[in-house]
Amino acid sequence: MKRVTIGEFEELCLLMVGVLHEDAYGVSVKDEIVKRTGRNVTISSIHSTLVRLEKKGLLKSYMGGANEIRGGRAKRIFEMTSAGKQMVTEARELRNQLWTDIPKLVWEK
Amino acid sequence: MGEVNKRKQPPRWINRLLNWYCKEEYSNEIRGDLMELYDRWLDKGKFKADLKYVLNVILFMRMYNSRLNTDQNSNQIDMFKSYFKLGYRNLLRNKGYSVINISGLTVGMAITMFIGLWIKAELSYNKSIENYTQIAQVLQHKTYNGDTRTQVSIPFPLGEELATKYDSDFKYVVMSDWTYDHILSRGKTRILQKGNFMDVQAPHFLSLEMIKGSRDGLEDPHSILLSESTAKALFGDSDPMGQLIEVDNELSVKVSGVFSEIPANSTFGDIQFIAPWELYVSSYEWVRSAKERQAWDENSYLLYVQVEDLADMTIVSEKIKNVKYDHLNDYEKTFKPEILLHPMSDWYLRSNWENGIQVGGLIQYVWLFGIIGAFVLILACVNFMNLSTARSEKRAKEVGIRKAIGTLKGQLVQQFLCESFVVVLLAFILAIAMVGAVMPYVNNIVDYPIELPLVELDFWLVSIGVILLTGFLAGSYPALYLSSLKPIKALKGTFKAGIAAVVFRRMLVIFQFSVSVLLIIGTIVVLKQIQYSKDRPLGYDKSGMISMELSTSDFEGKYNVLRNELLSSGAIVDMTESSSSMTEVQNTAGGFSWKEKDPNFRTNFSLVFITHDYGNTVGWEMLEGRNFSREFSTDSTAYILNEAAVEYMGIEDPVGQTMKWGRGDHEIIGVVRNMLMESPFKAVTPTIYIMDYDNNTNYITMKLNPNQSIRKSLEQVETVVGKIAPKVPFNPFFVDIAHAKKFAAEERVAKLAGTFSVLAIFISCLGLFGLASFVAEQRTKEIGIRKVLGATILNLWHMLTTEFVLLVLVSCVIASPIAYYGLSRWLESYEYRIDMNGWFFVVAAISALTITLCTVSYQSIRAARMSPAKSLRSE
Repeated sequence: MKRVTIGEFEELCLLMVGVLHEDAYGVSVKDEIVKRTGRNVTISSIHSTLVRLEKKGLLKSYMGGANEIRGGRAKRIFEMTSAGKQMVTEARELRNQLWTDIPKLVWEK
Repeated sequence: MGEVNKRKQPPRWINRLLNWYCKEEYSNEIRGDLMELYDRWLDKGKFKADLKYVLNVILFMRMYNSRLNTDQNSNQIDMFKSYFKLGYRNLLRNKGYSVINISGLTVGMAITMFIGLWIKAELSYNKSIENYTQIAQVLQHKTYNGDTRTQVSIPFPLGEELATKYDSDFKYVVMSDWTYDHILSRGKTRILQKGNFMDVQAPHFLSLEMIKGSRDGLEDPHSILLSESTAKALFGDSDPMGQLIEVDNELSVKVSGVFSEIPANSTFGDIQFIAPWELYVSSYEWVRSAKERQAWDENSYLLYVQVEDLADMTIVSEKIKNVKYDHLNDYEKTFKPEILLHPMSDWYLRSNWENGIQVGGLIQYVWLFGIIGAFVLILACVNFMNLSTARSEKRAKEVGIRKAIGTLKGQLVQQFLCESFVVVLLAFILAIAMVGAVMPYVNNIVDYPIELPLVELDFWLVSIGVILLTGFLAGSYPALYLSSLKPIKALKGTFKAGIAAVVFRRMLVIFQFSVSVLLIIGTIVVLKQIQYSKDRPLGYDKSGMISMELSTSDFEGKYNVLRNELLSSGAIVDMTESSSSMTEVQNTAGGFSWKEKDPNFRTNFSLVFITHDYGNTVGWEMLEGRNFSREFSTDSTAYILNEAAVEYMGIEDPVGQTMKWGRGDHEIIGVVRNMLMESPFKAVTPTIYIMDYDNNTNYITMKLNPNQSIRKSLEQVETVVGKIAPKVPFNPFFVDIAHAKKFAAEERVAKLAGTFSVLAIFISCLGLFGLASFVAEQRTKEIGIRKVLGATILNLWHMLTTEFVLLVLVSCVIASPIAYYGLSRWLESYEYRIDMNGWFFVVAAISALTITLCTVSYQSIRAARMSPAKSLRSE
């Protein structure tokens, strides 16, 4: 089986879905990214990334939360699958490991 | 809900677009998300919000949410991958056929590419000049005894007339002399460069790109503009601006500008310097007098114009039609001179005139080779079709199985087209490599270098077009034919290619060989015509003869000194001066009369001004009378005629008769055999040889001593000339080389036609080779049985080759009348020409047959020699 890998922006979106727990859909993820990173991203690139992550099996989605502003249209709300959770955990562990392995000397220069 | 309706909404069409593009699965949520954002954007106004909405919808148009992106479609893509893979495998399985197909197509595409590049270069000739569409040369038609001729030389006052009275029609009116070699000197540095004297506006008119100085650099009458390379040759790296140089050792001018070289593929490509017209007028007596006496009857200058930006050239041309006529006396009016504009776009490709009507020119060759290129490509495609249909029986089973398990006809068509595209793509890549490799040799044939424009978008667009066209052309027949097979028949193994397919194949072979035979006949005729004109008697002896152009007055009055010194050095047999070199006639004149002349006959003779020693130097043959002699002082007014002149005048016993020209009486003292000085394809013009040591000595011609090496003679001549005229660079040319150059255009056609016919035959034979091997293979069993029953190899060879020989014979029959018609028309453009001869066709037919037999025999003899035990056991 192919090993699933994700890119930096995908990881960011994945984490945002986790952060926004139960309210993660296109616009909210976009807002969160703008707020936290200052990056100006378009809704279309967020949407395509989220759909891609779903295809990779790292996210799952259900429809819900229609309101008046949306013209009565439902949101696609995303949440992490266990594979997604494992993916971010692994990524974090890898980073932690790398951080501890950087020799102190590097920082003293 | 009432409130919702009051909300501002984005434009409707954009939502429709989204719905049309996007899968339903996603469109709802996307619209929801976008509406939410739209609501925020509304703060900045409806327009901005709409704009952002539209922009974001467009950004949403991605593959992942497209309706096109269905599971069914991804299967399509996989199928295409599979088709290409199958095509590739098929190529590898049948290596022999693949090599034939690909090499044929490669050669075909390479030729098409070459011809395409050449045509592009020819069509872009002169287009580098900025005002290309508005520029014209002023020409005139003149009618002699009902025969209209068109000439570029015009009278002096015409320029002024157009510039002043027709001011509103022309932006620039530029008088010019011919582009000649001139000596440019700075101190001891002397170089020969081609250049012109032109009107002040010339740099604007030519859209010169100035490196130094400005386009107004000719305003001072003692200035000069140099090309970059000329400036470099004269001044090296130092700054030429404001420096003094001399033109032809007599005109002192100041460099007022340097222009970057005029592109070689333009009429003005030779010009290396431009000096002011005003300087030309004031420095030369004959030009000054033409100006002073407003000489409308003397045609010695060139005139270019640029019409106003919005003016219509044909209208302007009509308007100035009679400008010259209106200024002439009654006698001159009888020639009905008519002024016209010849647009720059026609200069190069449409420069032939016949009786005052445009009759084409190089454009005919562009068409001819374009058609040939297309045909060669079609020949290569025909190979592909033939071999695929021939092999169709082998693939019939595959088609049967595919159809049986549910392949649609359309998919089979796609599959076969894909296979042809694999071949065409491979051939294209090889063709590019081939063109790149052969380009240097081709550039020896054409006038100016052609490059493979690998970085130009146009090139790739055209290439893609050619690939598509070739792919479809080559693949269409097999694709349609094979895909329509009935699966039951195909699987049962009873399928045999129908008679229709065989007939079609034969027709294609006939087509291929008709084109090849046509090209062979064409090549033979062109070569014969060239040889015939080359063998034409010259009337003089061109061996060991050199000429020098006299562009300065350095030799004036030194004729005898020079000749005596050269004679005593032993370098030459004799020497002469004349108005024209041996390979041209520069002067023509009318207004002659003689005793028996019809008063309505308008004469026009070629004039060659010569010295006493002309006859001895060139070795002409006196038919009647005597040569010019120093013993008769009256010879200075005497005439010698050529045969053509005597015939033209219609007189008998010309020697001793008197001709009148202007106020003078001239005795005819001799008649010489016609000398071929002008085009070797035209009749010799009626010519008068006149003695003149002063005004019309433009060339020195010498006959080198045949008893010593040319190199030694040249060295001696150079020493003597250097002593007598130290300021003139020694730059002679050989008369025989100048003569040979006149065949350049025809020789190029011959080379190209020869190359094309060889390649066309090569391609056709490749196809034939493939077909022959296929037929032999198919009849393996039959051959085996025949051998068992006692057939000899000769019988079998006969059986296998007859069909192809017949096909080629039919091709010869088809090609011959077409060749006869086309080539007769081509030959008609030459006055001095060969007649079409039956042998041309016989030779072409025999060579085509021989080549065919060689190609086919290899396969058929191999098949015939195979042991019957083996062939009967096969399958």
